[in-house]
Amino acid sequence: MNELESLIDSRQVWRVQSDVDEPRDRVEATGHAALDSVLPGGGWPRSAVSELLSNGTGSGELALLWPLLARLTAAAEPVVLISPPAMPYPAAWRGAGLTLSQCHWLDVTGREALWATEQCLRAGCCAAVVAWLPQADARAMRRLQVAAASGETLAFVSRPVGRLEEASPVSLRLRLHRHGEAEILKCRGGWAPVKRIAFGGGG
Amino acid sequence: MRWICLLFPRLALEGALRRRADPEAPFALTDGPPQRQIIRAANAAARTRGVRPGQALGFAEALFMAPLSKAPEAAPGRFRVPVAAPGRFKAPEAAPEKGAGFESSQRLETAAYESALVERWRHRLAAWAYGYSAQVSLHYPHALVFEVASGFSLFGPWPNLEARLRRELDELGFSHRLVIAPNPAAARVLVNAHDGMAVDDAGLESALGALRLERAGLAREEVETLKRSGFRYLGELFALPRSALARRFGASVMRHLGELRGEWPLALDLYRPSTRFSRRFEFDRPVHAVASLAFPLKRLLQELGLFLIGQDAGVERFRLTLELEDRSPQYVDIGLLRVQRDPDTLLTLTRAHLERVRLEGPVMALELGAEQVSDYTPLRRELLDGPARQAQAWTELHQRLVARLGASALKPLIEHREHRPEAAVLAAAGPRAGETLERRRRPGWLVAEPQRCEAEITRLLAGPERIESGWWDGDDVRRDYYLAEWHDGRHAWVWRQPGQPGLYLHGWFG
Repeated sequence: MNELESLIDSRQVWRVQSDVDEPRDRVEATGHAALDSVLPGGGWPRSAVSELLSNGTGSGELALLWPLLARLTAAAEPVVLISPPAMPYPAAWRGAGLTLSQCHWLDVTGREALWATEQCLRAGCCAAVVAWLPQADARAMRRLQVAAASGETLAFVSRPVGRLEEASPVSLRLRLHRHGEAEILKCRGGWAPVKRIAFGGGG
Repeated sequence: MRWICLLFPRLALEGALRRRADPEAPFALTDGPPQRQIIRAANAAARTRGVRPGQALGFAEALFMAPLSKAPEAAPGRFRVPVAAPGRFKAPEAAPEKGAGFESSQRLETAAYESALVERWRHRLAAWAYGYSAQVSLHYPHALVFEVASGFSLFGPWPNLEARLRRELDELGFSHRLVIAPNPAAARVLVNAHDGMAVDDAGLESALGALRLERAGLAREEVETLKRSGFRYLGELFALPRSALARRFGASVMRHLGELRGEWPLALDLYRPSTRFSRRFEFDRPVHAVASLAFPLKRLLQELGLFLIGQDAGVERFRLTLELEDRSPQYVDIGLLRVQRDPDTLLTLTRAHLERVRLEGPVMALELGAEQVSDYTPLRRELLDGPARQAQAWTELHQRLVARLGASALKPLIEHREHRPEAAVLAAAGPRAGETLERRRRPGWLVAEPQRCEAEITRLLAGPERIESGWWDGDDVRRDYYLAEWHDGRHAWVWRQPGQPGLYLHGWFG
């Protein structure tokens, strides 16, 4: 044991799961039991950006997020969607259990979308911010990660699969596969499971 | 009604001192034609050396050339403060000679008295007072009157408010006298003789009665007439029957006494704050380094902060104009992430901005301008916490987004009682849907313009579902909707018009 300690001290070996025991209040349950069981702390990391990589609109992102958003909006907390890829269809969102009066969407593009996302994250008054930002590069992602931390806001950024190879500074990276399966590419404070997790829904 | 009158006995001098890097150094304001300038006012350091108003400038300057031993005693060390820059109006022959017994670093700095400058300061102080009252008037010269009764609930009882006003004026560097009285005319005359007096309706007449006629705000010839008749105090006039008073001394005396006692209404022109801010600072000699801008910048930002408090507003962007010696001005635009008004915060942010700026030439003057103020809500976490703060922060965010992106960019999610999907998402399309949920499966996303798509579809999974509506507004729709599988496995919502070929993509199931 002492040898292990000295190895850790000399930075030759380090603990991957040193801060895996995040307190439960630093995460938000996803509403999908299978996903909660593998994510560090048991849910979406609060005050951080979770990145969703997908093939395009309708890859299961709504099925993935709706349980969370339904719970947040039911608690009368505002949720903002920024530059969504298409118009949200209210009937379906209400059908998924969301309180529509707490949902807002921003119809902007380009740099304005990045600006708006950062503003919403920093303001610290949104329960969650979901942004579709194919234009965001690693620098922009880092800015958003900092903004989410300073505003203590839960953030989701959706980007195309083409960004897969780029390094990303976010806390959690998920790739959406067909038939409602998610692959965890990176999760800070825990091991990324090799297996895909089925959360249901999507195509 | 309770009116405060603030009298500023040394407004011109203190206003000029605020612009100086070292207000403790001997300084005087001069007045009169260039050949025969006289001292109009002098600060404490100059007065300890014997400078008095009314002296000729040459005489005052000569006082600083005399050996120190003959000068009146003053606090040791006070004269040793080095003077930052030579005054622009200083006569060259007044330069002190170096030698034993002479204080070589000490000289009298002077500036010309400018009535426009005094007027500017009066307006700035009015802007400050506007933070306490909506009824502020500059009706009386050298003084400021404002009504505060309506502010007592906000600022607390009078002693608290008085202490606060005095503290703020001391911080600004303005000596003052103040009196609170039931009407502005009474407050103005009482401040001639008192400082810190608080008079209510019951005590007003006796307080006024004890005033000497010279200090009662009457015209000089009126005072002469009254004195010739043997009157010395206002109270003696109050004791006279009014008809006799009017007959002997005329309507204007009657009117003035009526105003003092609050019987005649006094129509004051009220101060209206301007909504844009602009202040200049001129340097005595050109400035070459950004670091030298720090002092004037701090002063300008303090004034901006005062202006903003008076407006109950903040700034989101402002501009620094650096006037250069030999070319067109250089601009530094400063935009903030959130609306601010605290001068220290503004200074920190502005300094951070200036660090990246390279001066294009020697700077002659610095101007700070804010074209527009924004609504400001201070973030006080200890006062507002939980839902209230959340709601306030949300309002603030909402405003900021709308300000930059336009009102139409931020859309609510409203469900309308409408079967045509494209119409159901439009804002204000019609009546809101009731509580009944749409039971058939609907896609989370709607594509703005349906597109022909049968080449991309591998199979139809469910349908058709007929949607037929809108015949009444001429935009009738008759479509069969299907749930379809896209070639990459995603689920799409597509339609075809009955009896016609072609599938159109209309939505995605997320």
